[in-house]
Amino acid sequence: MVDRSAIGRVLPSVKARVEPGRLRYFLKTIGECNPIYHDPEAARKEGYSGLAVPPTYSFCLEMLDADQPFAMLTELDIDLGRVLHGEQGFAYYAPMLVDDCLTFQPEVTDIADKKGGALTMVAIRTKVTNQRGVHVADLTRTIVVRN
Amino acid sequence: MTNVETGRPSVGDCVVRKSFPPITRHLLALYCGASGDHNPIHVDIDFAKKAGFPDVFAHGMLAMAYLGQALTDGVKASLVLSFSTRFASITPVGAKLTCEGHVTEFLQHAGRECMKLALSAKDEAGDVKLAGEAIVALN
Repeated sequence: MVDRSAIGRVLPSVKARVEPGRLRYFLKTIGECNPIYHDPEAARKEGYSGLAVPPTYSFCLEMLDADQPFAMLTELDIDLGRVLHGEQGFAYYAPMLVDDCLTFQPEVTDIADKKGGALTMVAIRTKVTNQRGVHVADLTRTIVVRN
Repeated sequence: MTNVETGRPSVGDCVVRKSFPPITRHLLALYCGASGDHNPIHVDIDFAKKAGFPDVFAHGMLAMAYLGQALTDGVKASLVLSFSTRFASITPVGAKLTCEGHVTEFLQHAGRECMKLALSAKDEAGDVKLAGEAIVALN
């Protein structure tokens, strides 16, 4: 079981660049054809100053560029085979664009047992800032640990 | 129905709807690389079985990527202020997801006029896989 004393713990930060090549691989994988992700002109017409990224892509960037993608689980001594993704949220404050360099700073915000201790819910909020220090998004996730 | 004068949808309107092809093992392997989520539970049946599952299953975030795709097909991506979901149940290999979004209310958010959408991703049997919501600015 995860120790509640980990609430408030700041986890290792990750820096990730929004590289166009690996974004294209993501778009192709999910069959995403919206021109705002492919055509700079179409993105500009929607008000972006560069190519936009899909709404969930920031979550991927944090894993793609982490030294150890599951470091947050290791830090909390959670076994990868016992976790499920319970909830995921994104709050967007400013655009994330191709070629941006983003910094992800996760922090444990809550740990709670459910179903008489059969499950533990771990909530993590990740603040995302860009290369100019602008707070562009918050990612919130709830990890479900099967004890 | 969209109001003719304001161009606004009404509460109850379906403004997001898209269906996706069946989720294959090949897609899970590609998504593993594309997303950086290398959890073997989604691609390695031996690992999945050891962890107590009958088979590999889709990344929740793959289903959410589909829901996000449906969302930004239906509304302008630049107007989406928040997007969240609960992963209600595991999405197995072979599932065919249909994503929908209905207007539930109009509200002020971060000083802007917005609509709230109730979002869902359901499989071909109508089972809810994702239950979420988005707040979308009206302009």
